[in-house]
Amino acid sequence: MHTPGPGPRISPEALGDRAADNLRFIRDTMERASSFTAVPGWGGVGMGASALVAAAVSALARTPSEWLGIWLVEAFLAVAIGVRAMSVKAARAGVPLFAGPARRFLLTLSPPLIAGAVLTAALERSGRYDLLPGVWLLLYGTAIVTGGAFAPRVVPIMGIGFLLLGTIALASPPYWGTAFLAAGFGALQIAFGIVIARRYGG
Amino acid sequence: MAAQNPKSKAQRGAEASRTPRGKASIALPDLDRVIHERMRLAIVSALAANEVLSFNELKELLATTDGNLSVHARKLEEAGYVACRKGFAGRVPRTEYRLTPEGRRAFQRYLDHLEALVRASGRAVRVR
Repeated sequence: MHTPGPGPRISPEALGDRAADNLRFIRDTMERASSFTAVPGWGGVGMGASALVAAAVSALARTPSEWLGIWLVEAFLAVAIGVRAMSVKAARAGVPLFAGPARRFLLTLSPPLIAGAVLTAALERSGRYDLLPGVWLLLYGTAIVTGGAFAPRVVPIMGIGFLLLGTIALASPPYWGTAFLAAGFGALQIAFGIVIARRYGG
Repeated sequence: MAAQNPKSKAQRGAEASRTPRGKASIALPDLDRVIHERMRLAIVSALAANEVLSFNELKELLATTDGNLSVHARKLEEAGYVACRKGFAGRVPRTEYRLTPEGRRAFQRYLDHLEALVRASGRAVRVR
């Protein structure tokens, strides 16, 4: 399409509006491009692998509190792997981690995870360990869906997978709990991590 | 690959006017025409935010077709704004794009120009 050259009919206000529209378009594209690479694929694979190890070890736990202790260590380990992988990926892409879309991803990810920590303490105190796997999977799924709202579609889809698993886990016999954790934080995380890493730059 | 077949002028025109969000290009005076076209502006903006993006990453990000992306990426390459490197990721061919220093300068000039137009209109620049 041939676009007409400037004519006397275009007012400075209209030109300004069009220029502002173009600047918004540039900002939106740059933000989408940054969040595109903020979610770490290989980090997800690493988190998934550590969760499988935790599932295997926790299956041998003798008491519920020992079982919980193993998963708490795994939670800290997974957070460390995830944050490290995000910062490496952001640095390679030349975008700051604590600004723009990566910061938004971290901030929207955090509230459901904090809610998960509070609920874990409450359920532990009332001895309802059986509810923990379902609650963790549900809240992690919520965190991924909300945090991934501006990321490629594969990220919120992964979150929906966690939400489904959490719902099924809460409706299943308690002794399946560790298996659900292995399926979600292990297998699902690894599968989507590989997809994200291969398609979205690592 | 379809994008490498010779195309009629009409086909090229149709592709050139296709934009990531279906909006038509707007006419502004004295702007860098290479960057101003919406798809090319989107490519340059994406590469300004990421040092390197592959062909498939750009295609997914900008929700466009192979043909449309190749045409516009080639125009940017011809202008010296974008550098293209073909290689392999394992056994899969991978084409990577990055902004050249000249491309980054042109993008900055384009941004400055837009901001000047917004300021001249008396509107506040609140989009960055």
